[in-house]
Formats: sequence, C-alpha cells, structure tokens
Amino acid sequence: MNAIGKLGLKQRYALLTRGLDWEPSYQPRDKVFPYAAFEGIKVHDWSKWEDPFRLTMDAYWKFQAEKERKLYAVLDSFAQNNGQLGLTDARYVNAIKLFLTGVSPLEYQAHRGFAHTGRHLPGIGPRIAAQMQSLDELRHVQTQVHTISHYNKFFDGFHDWQHMHDRVWYLSVPKSFFDDARTGGPFEFMIAIGFSFEYVLTNLLFVPFMSGAAYNGDLATVTFGFSAQSDESRHMTLGIEVIKFLLEQDPDNLPIVQKWVDKWFWRGHRVLGLVAMMMDYMLPRKIMSWREAWDIYFTEAGGSLFEDLARYGLRPPRYADVATAEAEHISHQNWAIFYQYTHAAAFHTWLPSDEEMDWLSEKYPNTFDKYYRPRLEMWREMEKEGKRFYNNGLPQLCTTCQIPMGYTEPGDPGTICFRTSEFRGETYHFCSDGCKDIFDDEPEKFAQSWLPVHQIFQGNCGGASVEDVLRWYRMNLGADNMDQAGSPDQRQWDAWMEARRRVAG
Amino acid sequence: MPRIVSITLQNTDTARPIIEAITTDNPGAVVHDYPGIVKIDREGSLIIRRASVEERIGRDWDPQELHLSVVSMAGNVDEDDDYFSLAWSH
Repeated sequence: MNAIGKLGLKQRYALLTRGLDWEPSYQPRDKVFPYAAFEGIKVHDWSKWEDPFRLTMDAYWKFQAEKERKLYAVLDSFAQNNGQLGLTDARYVNAIKLFLTGVSPLEYQAHRGFAHTGRHLPGIGPRIAAQMQSLDELRHVQTQVHTISHYNKFFDGFHDWQHMHDRVWYLSVPKSFFDDARTGGPFEFMIAIGFSFEYVLTNLLFVPFMSGAAYNGDLATVTFGFSAQSDESRHMTLGIEVIKFLLEQDPDNLPIVQKWVDKWFWRGHRVLGLVAMMMDYMLPRKIMSWREAWDIYFTEAGGSLFEDLARYGLRPPRYADVATAEAEHISHQNWAIFYQYTHAAAFHTWLPSDEEMDWLSEKYPNTFDKYYRPRLEMWREMEKEGKRFYNNGLPQLCTTCQIPMGYTEPGDPGTICFRTSEFRGETYHFCSDGCKDIFDDEPEKFAQSWLPVHQIFQGNCGGASVEDVLRWYRMNLGADNMDQAGSPDQRQWDAWMEARRRVAG
Repeated sequence: MPRIVSITLQNTDTARPIIEAITTDNPGAVVHDYPGIVKIDREGSLIIRRASVEERIGRDWDPQELHLSVVSMAGNVDEDDDYFSLAWSH
C-alpha cells in the first residue's frame, strides 16, 4: 500500500484502468463487444484514449460519500423544518413539478444507458468512466425521488410520477428523447448524452434552473441540483474526450459523428424548450431570461468549444442559427401551449402579472410586445369575462420531438411551421427542418414512435373523452390540473400564509 | 471570438478559498455572481494550484476535493497532484 501511496495521480489512475484490463481468451473480442462495429465507427488504438478526470475508486467513493452526507442532511432538515413554507410563492412548485416528473426519470434512463454503454465499449478507459457515470446517475435519481417524496406530502401532481412519465403527452417529449438515445449504439449514445447533452446543453438545464431555485427559497432542489451538478462536470469532460478520441482515430468517423452532433443538438434544443418556459414564466423571482442563458451557455461556451473542435473538421451543429433565433420565441410559444391545455397537465398555469410582462418586454425587446403580449392580454380579458380559453381539440404532434406543432417559421413568427415526409405510404409531420431531417435519416426508427395523440385516437389511452384519458394518466382531476388560481395547492398556501400573519400579529 | 474557459463553483464556505486562489493566480479572470453560484471566466486557460488553496485554508488540500464544490466548467481538463487546469488547446 505504501508503494501505491507514492505513485502520482496519473500513474494510480493508469493502474486502475489499463492495469485491470485483460484480453479475452475464451471468446473472440467481437463476440465480447457485439455492438462495437455496426455503427461504422472505426477505432484503431484504444490505448490512445486520454482519461478526462482521473478519479480512482477509493477517491470516488470518498467524495461521493461526502456529497451524500451533506445532501441528505440538508434534505432531512428541509423536511423537518417545513422548508416548503419558505418558498417565494406557491406558483414556484409548478416548475419543480415539471422538473421532477419530466427530468428526474431521465436520470434513471441515463443510469441504464451508461451501464449498457460501459459494458459494451471495447476500451477500458471509457468503460470505467461510463461505469462511474452510471453510478452517479443512479445517485441523482435517488436524491430527486427523496425530494419528490417531500413535496408530494404538501402539493398535488407528484403522486404517480413513474406511471405518468410513460404516458402523459408532454412527458413523452423528454422520455422519447432518452428512449431514442438508449436505442442507438454505444457510440451514438456517448455522442448523444455524453457530448451533446452533458457538454453542450446540460448547463442550460441545471445551472440557471438551480440558481433560480436558490433564488426562490427551494433548498431541497438547490441541494440535489448542485450535488448532481458536481458529478456533471466529470460527465462533461467524458463527453468532450469521447468526441476528440473518435475524431482522432479515423477520418471516416467525422461524417458519422457530425450527423450525431447535428441530430442531438436539435433534439436537446427541443427538450430544453420546457426549461425555457420554466425560467421565463414559472419562477416567481427570475434570475435571467432564457435568451440570456442561451447566449452565455450556448453561444459563448459552445462557440469556444466548436472552435476547438474545428481542427478535426467538425462544424457547429446544423440549425444552431435557427435555435439561436428561436431563443427569442420558444418560452412564449411553449407557455401558450400549456396555458391552452391546462386541463390536461399535472401542473398549474397562469397569465403573467403586469410586472412580469414588463420584465418579459425588457428581456425580449424584439419579440414580446409585438407577438406575445397581445395574446396574453386578450386571454386576460377573456378570463375577466368568464371565458377562460381552453383548447379542446387534440394537437397534431411532431413525429420526432413529440411537441405539439405550435412553433413558427424561421424569420416569420406569424406562420406555423409545418414539414412533412412520406414513408411507406404514410405521411409524417414535423415542427421544423431539424426534426424532419432526423426522421428522414432514420424513418424505420421514428415511424414506430409512440405519439400520445395518435395513441389516444387509436383508443389505447383509457377511452374516447379527455376525462377518460386523464384518468388513465392517473391525474386527480380538479387538483393536479387547471389554473393555479383556485387550485387546492393555492388554497393550502394561502392558509399557511394567513396562519403566519396571525402568528406575527 | 475570445476563447473563454470557465469554471462555476458553489458559493459556499468550502468553495470561497478556492475562488480566492483562482482570482489571485489567474490575472484577468472575470467573476460573475449568480444566486448560489460563482462563475469564473478567463480567456484561454485557468489554473487552480494546490499550494494557493492550502495557503488559504491552513491544511492539506487535494485538488480532487474540487469535486465537492464544482458546478460546471468549459475547456479541456488537465489534473495532477498539484494542480487542476482548464484550457482550449488549439
């Protein structure tokens, strides 16, 4: 043990990885790693792999145990001290409902995906890193389930999150994203999740959102969020190492990797539209707009990254310019969809107050007053007249991202964007060129998509009426859904605040 | 376009001496305060030195303890027993 103690970090890590690997003798390598070749990726020398973080197992368990001790002390304290009373406003909880029901199950998907990939990558370095990431992701979902457990005691919409994740129309957006990644080969999974999602986009999910939680009194979410994020930076470096390694190994890998980068950037951009809406509309105290977060974390950080990768011939993702232009619109368009379908969602909606609309005008000087404020003000007038607008039809969904087709043409925010493709005699519909390209490249895969609206019309979702479907989702009607105003959540919150005022005298 | 590397740390008692070591050792580093977190940007590269952190906390410090405080980063990582660094290589 003393000899080990004297070794430098790089040597210790090399012993853990290269030192513990072996050549199989009972079976040929291609039988041991059956998924390593079909994607067309060529690797000539796995020993050229540069380890990103060099975390040996003893250090890994030591640091993870320390993180867990801190995290659970805070979660326990939050529960013991009724931390939910310290939130800025009851509306805030809806952002957490969307996060915990939409994103937390993805942590479990990531756990399984990295376990599978860790088994099937032929190189020992990435295999160990993927194995550690798999354990991290399991830790993340556990911490988030503990948070769900606490909020579920006091607020609606959390009670059957796993059942809902596999069925509810808007949760199919994040679910299908990860299903798509996990049903790719091991290299596509690493580019999809390790590189595109973790490195390029995860900052947009976690950093502004957790900072928003810190600003809104949500100690539980801040704590699991930053605890998860401390692993995330290790995952990001794994992602960037994978892409550099594949591009260095063989020039034939470039077009394959480029195609995956294009695909997974666009798919991630679509999923993150839910976060855009949380930041701009759902946080009572806002930290930055989606547009600002996009500028910092995609335009600036992503710009430096893709400049660094340009030496391999890799270019920034296709349609990055379209996504950047959409950052002016996407939160407003998404919130409008949820407002219209509030009867079918397991969280509450509302119209922004005058102050919030002014904030949106200031943050979106090019678009908010011109395109989105008038609609919100019209809906406010309709509410006052007792004619609150509900969309009672079922929306057409994009076959690729599964989001209702509510997005507009690039450069023309007054026209809904429709694209179609024909495949085996059927017409498939898309919200954008990005989603159409993805389908056209893998039509056999996406023609099998489980699209919630199609499934309802085919009679596979509990019945013919909206109410039948919502019961099949196991929503508590009148509690989980509809507006924040008048909800049991809001009544409970008002009673707490009233009690506090009485105590304060 | 400037090639910015970046590290984001939690704004906690554990992280503050690290943040101080970074700003001292990396001239030109720009510090952004957000609720709960501190984001430090610098053009080209950024280094965290074991000795600088130890000087501030008065005990041994393993650069891997960074794992307890880090939130995010941008740049290629190099780490060894005495430092942790971020850089764009090309």
